[in-house]
Amino acid sequence: MKFRLLAYLFFFIGFADLFVKIFYGNIFSDLTEDYYEIANPILVFTPVIFFSIGGIFLKESKVSMSLENFGTTRIKYYSPQFICLSLVVLIFLFFTFNAQMNMENRGIDFGFSFLQQEASFDMQFSLMDYDGQDPYWWAYVVALLNTLLVAFLGIIFCTIIGVIVGIARLSPNFLIRNTAAWYVEFFRNIPLLLQIFFWYYAALRALPLPQDASPLFGVTYLTIKGYYMPAFLWNNLNVFVYSVIAAIISIILIRYYAVKLRDTEGKQLPVFYISLIILIVLPALTFLVGGVSLNFEIPVLKQLSATSYIYDGGIAVPPELIALTLALSLYTATFVAECVRAGIQGISKGQKEAAASLGLNTNQVLKLVIMPQALRIIIPPTTNQYLNLTKNSSLAAAIAYPDLVLVFAGTALMQTGRAIEIVSITMLTYLSISLAIAALMNWYNKSIEIKEK
Amino acid sequence: MNKFTFLKSDRSNIQTVVASGLLLVTISILDVLLNSFFKINLLSFLPSKISFFSPLIIGLIGFHLIRIEYSGNKYLDILNKNINTTTFNAILTLVIIFLVIKALPPSLSWMILDANISGDSKDACTGSGACWTYIKVWFRRFMYGMYPNEQHWRINTAFILVIALGTFGLFATEKMKKYLALYYVFIYPIMAFLIIYYLISGGYFGLEWIETGAWGGLSLTFIVSFFCLIFCFPLGMILALGRRSSLPAVRYISIGYIEFWRGVPLITVLFMSSVMFPMFLPEDFFMDKLVRVIIAITLFEGAYCAEVIRGGLQSLPRGQYDAAKSLGMGYWKMHIFVILPQALKLVIPGICNTFLALVKDTPLIFVVGLAEIAGMLALAKTNPKWLGFAMEGYIFASIIFWIICYAMSKYSYNLEAKYKTER
Repeated sequence: MKFRLLAYLFFFIGFADLFVKIFYGNIFSDLTEDYYEIANPILVFTPVIFFSIGGIFLKESKVSMSLENFGTTRIKYYSPQFICLSLVVLIFLFFTFNAQMNMENRGIDFGFSFLQQEASFDMQFSLMDYDGQDPYWWAYVVALLNTLLVAFLGIIFCTIIGVIVGIARLSPNFLIRNTAAWYVEFFRNIPLLLQIFFWYYAALRALPLPQDASPLFGVTYLTIKGYYMPAFLWNNLNVFVYSVIAAIISIILIRYYAVKLRDTEGKQLPVFYISLIILIVLPALTFLVGGVSLNFEIPVLKQLSATSYIYDGGIAVPPELIALTLALSLYTATFVAECVRAGIQGISKGQKEAAASLGLNTNQVLKLVIMPQALRIIIPPTTNQYLNLTKNSSLAAAIAYPDLVLVFAGTALMQTGRAIEIVSITMLTYLSISLAIAALMNWYNKSIEIKEK
Repeated sequence: MNKFTFLKSDRSNIQTVVASGLLLVTISILDVLLNSFFKINLLSFLPSKISFFSPLIIGLIGFHLIRIEYSGNKYLDILNKNINTTTFNAILTLVIIFLVIKALPPSLSWMILDANISGDSKDACTGSGACWTYIKVWFRRFMYGMYPNEQHWRINTAFILVIALGTFGLFATEKMKKYLALYYVFIYPIMAFLIIYYLISGGYFGLEWIETGAWGGLSLTFIVSFFCLIFCFPLGMILALGRRSSLPAVRYISIGYIEFWRGVPLITVLFMSSVMFPMFLPEDFFMDKLVRVIIAITLFEGAYCAEVIRGGLQSLPRGQYDAAKSLGMGYWKMHIFVILPQALKLVIPGICNTFLALVKDTPLIFVVGLAEIAGMLALAKTNPKWLGFAMEGYIFASIIFWIICYAMSKYSYNLEAKYKTER
């Protein structure tokens, strides 16, 4: 109990520290000069240190002295730990001291106040409004959103391709099986960076110029300068969004009811079709009743100069984003496919036969017996792949897609010269994404674990 | 359905059905084949939209006709079982065959028939196909980077020596086998480092000093991945043992280390090694960029290695630990003689995957300015004399990497089979 209280105390201090550092600059800078000089660079990491100490206490509060150490002498128990800890502390102090000396020699001071300064560089592509007059922290947010966008698109496409290929690898059809196998062997054995370069510098450069492009699906244009799509112009968008949310909530309720019905009375509701109908009908109703209307802004060819054309209006997807999404999803899909295959193969044949002998039909066998078990095997490694995809999206820097690494660890670092602060922020951002997903995964794993006696 | 009894195939009308079915399938494939290779459209008398889908429809009817269970013909049964089980499968089969036939002529003519390889300048490339002359001219650059041409023998000799030393284990006698681990973990890396340092870097024995900035191409890929591979394994082993340790401080330090490196992308680690790391060193202490990169990748991959090895340690039954302890073995004795030999055998595939990932990650050192093969391609691509051959370059590099990685993964399967012990 004591440990738990200590843990919460440390978490609280960590949060407070982080909060203060983000919004009010470095709180410790008012301390005495000597202390400031030695400890300053290490102060970046204080919230992290507080959090980790809190975490350790939280964990220790659950596990008391384990049986493993029963009979070990005190000296054997404490001396290796002491040596390791002092080694780590020494390395940290060495680095801190050097960093302090170096920064003093170069006349750089340490702190995060530069985040408030004007960024004064432009970004080619951003989801939110951004221009050069915005501060660095806003550039950071916009760049992070770009990273998350590419990760999101990549995850969607790699899941679609991966599931199809994974199932195709188990097909009874010789040709399909082998095509899928060759796809996997081919794309996963080529470095991702080369694939990104190939799509960006070689494949997409072979596309037509804007003035020569022929329309795809009537209104969209795939050109060397990117992919131009019609933009949606909504009236009363909020009503539409509410209707979608209402539809989703009602679907969840229906599913819950269906499961209950199945468990108590043994009846099956066609949940999928009902959900589909709700998802289409409810939003469609808003067009008729709620005053929602949708217009399209179709891209139009516009001449900039004698030889330069561009499409105006609509949504322009830059070629960098296309190349990155293509490469990331094709590459990661091979790993997802292997996870899916392993998951389906991991279910023993007896399960299928047992389910069939209970009188379930093929769809029910798949839905009620195979998939719940296969997903248990598939989801953890697949999440790992999603995480890898998110981290790999940092390769965007190589083809000048304005993601976190290019904008923040590249341009902003060049302009401000604050290597330690910026690289730490970038790494901590990726680290927190990873750790958050890992924590979520652990929780999920625990919740679906087969409970045995 | 009675109307279509003549379409229903069984063993009674097998002769006619199979003959007509195979004929239809052949016609459909022949149509696509002629269309894509010779631009002849057999079915051009039909309206364009129907003629586009007609091969599929004809082929589908043909496949439907020959779908007979237990026909008695061995070859027909094999065919049906493998590519013609259901209508949906037949459609997919046809689509794949058609796609292959359609894709063959353009790719063949681009890569071989219309391609150029003669000459030694851009003017030699006149055809519409690929310009392999570009690869031929730049070949040495792609392999050795900016390393001076007349000194390339040094890289070759160094690699041959390192590989020869590496095969030492194959010839070891029974007596020496005890020390093999010692050799590979300690002596071999040092010897390899000395060879590469003295031969490739030079500066001694009358060899010209060549700075690491001039190294590059595929040889740099090999150097970086070789050293990272050698160093990250022991690091991973120590970290894995640390994470399984019962001492809280050791365990948490290992966990923190592993989770930190596994949580960040390699590109930021490389950025750190090139911009942030020099700040952490004493001012007069100079460390070469290549060395920094190798350290960074080693630290990074060490964490992944550790997780793989930990998996092996965890999968060993508890009885092994208990048995070793009951024999009076201490921590290190138990791990070196009982636990690790078994655990490492189990994790061979995982370790190979990690190494494969490492090799595939090496092109990333391009972002910190080391001109490894991807970097050399970027350099060649922007050379004003050789503009517009990006496709050839990337295809060439992809093929090389594919061969290396595919060979490695196949070798790992062999290794896995070789060290498989009955459990």
